[in-house]
Amino acid sequence: MARAVSSRARLGWSAVAWVIGLLIFFPILWTILTSFKTESEAIASPPSLVFFDWTLENYEVVQERSNYARFLWNSIVIAGGSTLLGVLIAVPAAWAMAFQPTRRTKDILLWMLSTKMLPAVGVLYPIYLICIRLGVLDSKIALVVILMLINLPIIVWMLYTYFREIPGEILEAARMDGASLRSEILYVLTPMAIPGIASTVLLNFILAWNEAFWTLNLTAVSAAPLTAFIASYSSPEGLFFAKLSAASTMAIAPILILGWFSQKQLVRGLTFGAVK
Amino acid sequence: MGQITLNQITKSFGETQVIPPLDLRIEEGEFVVFVGPSGCGKSTLLRLIAGLEDVSSGHIEIDGRDVTDVPPAQRGLAMVFQSYALYPHMSVRKNIAFPLRMAGMDEAEQKKRVERAATVLNLTDYLDRRPGQLSGGQRQRVAIGRAIVREPAAFLFDEPLSNLDAALRHGMRMEIGELHQSLATTMIYVTHDQVEAMTMADKIVVLRAGVIEQVGSPLELYREPRNLFVAGFIGSPTMNLLTGPEAKKHDATTIGVRPEHIEAGDPDASPWSGTVGISEHLGSDTFLHVHGTGLAETITVRADGEVPLRHGDRVGLTPHPDRIHRFDAKGLRIA
Repeated sequence: MARAVSSRARLGWSAVAWVIGLLIFFPILWTILTSFKTESEAIASPPSLVFFDWTLENYEVVQERSNYARFLWNSIVIAGGSTLLGVLIAVPAAWAMAFQPTRRTKDILLWMLSTKMLPAVGVLYPIYLICIRLGVLDSKIALVVILMLINLPIIVWMLYTYFREIPGEILEAARMDGASLRSEILYVLTPMAIPGIASTVLLNFILAWNEAFWTLNLTAVSAAPLTAFIASYSSPEGLFFAKLSAASTMAIAPILILGWFSQKQLVRGLTFGAVK
Repeated sequence: MGQITLNQITKSFGETQVIPPLDLRIEEGEFVVFVGPSGCGKSTLLRLIAGLEDVSSGHIEIDGRDVTDVPPAQRGLAMVFQSYALYPHMSVRKNIAFPLRMAGMDEAEQKKRVERAATVLNLTDYLDRRPGQLSGGQRQRVAIGRAIVREPAAFLFDEPLSNLDAALRHGMRMEIGELHQSLATTMIYVTHDQVEAMTMADKIVVLRAGVIEQVGSPLELYREPRNLFVAGFIGSPTMNLLTGPEAKKHDATTIGVRPEHIEAGDPDASPWSGTVGISEHLGSDTFLHVHGTGLAETITVRADGEVPLRHGDRVGLTPHPDRIHRFDAKGLRIA
């Protein structure tokens, strides 16, 4: 009896979970659906969910008007470059903090995180001016460095948490077995930390991919990534919802596919330590 | 090879000195056990010898070479950890071969040595498994395998059996003992379990608060404990310690008698008598916990396995006169 009630309750809860999940996903679904409508259907009231004339026209127009491939390439370079550079800097930092901590390690970690509390717009002017002085406005290199610096605290924190999970005795065993510092890091630590490094890379790649404040403010043409591509279809040119939706769908598609295939790593990355 | 000398070594963590100046000489081929209650500094001492901790002052010599500032990798020692500390991402074969690979040994020789170690340790069937697929005892054997392939100057064991269940612990104790017989390499073994110390050691070093209380063979420590701490620590069940008038009779502040050196008998014809509190029948032995008449302490007696005494029975106790240990007011043995 108790079992029957609990399974009915479970059914109820999973229905609730599905509804909440669909509600959260709805804007994305709506964007994708709208991208297949004509402009007049896109703003029709009441809107039709699936019973409309499906068309690829928006995608054709968007393709004609903008160079999608260039935006995509810029996004890949900026998100990938900033993530890789960040990990290269963060791995030694996190190692030092996890395995050779000092009395100040916790303070340094908190201080790094505190930089995330500053609204980005607060430093827009200085950074904008620095970019002009250095002649790197609208360049990919500037965005790689800036996005790397913005995500660095998160990368260090995540890696630090992973490294803390690796038992120190295993590293000591490697030392006793005659491993040099280099061998210890290369053959023992890194292989053990790979799941952690992978989820850190993935999450930060996604964060950098979707970053819109700096990418919009510091680029114009040559370094503009997909965020700028979407923005170029927003209001100033009028209400072209269907084309805006098509552009948005094209912008999120790569990251959505990447995320889909790596959900396991991502979930592990976000819940690591919580359930162990 | 494998003679280790500790010369006036100390270790402090911040303000706290955990090892005051300490001297110790470990001879080649000896099986030395560091034993003491938790927090006595025995693991720290082992880690100082290993090089995993730096000494605060003093010198460590291995085979006459000063290794005080030599990193652990170059001291030629192998260590077996309490948690086994196997590399989880490597197969058993790769785990055992790791120190050889680090030494740059050629593959054929590596393979030969790994297989020889696996045969000795009954691991041949498990060479391609990962540590996660092994039982606790098997993991411990892999850890030992990883240590023996290097042919080190000495083996260091840090409470290697404390994660195993009682039956397995007994088996592994025998295996380590046999390994020592066949390799004849110096072994330093840390444990808080005095039974392990007594059964395995050539030489026991009893530590308390970083200080060596006594060094000697198991039987020396059993027969002539230098002070009350060693007397209470070595032997199971622990030695009965009596103070007051009974001790006065022997010109001592405290006297000690081991449970196996007290005879249970007729209550009216024995120097001590009392009533049985708890009797533990183990089959081979019976441990009687006797509340003595006129004695402050409960006395434990090791009696014959089939002695018919139970709770509430009156019993007489006779200590063997030549087995009474006497201690002075400072707790030191009176010869």
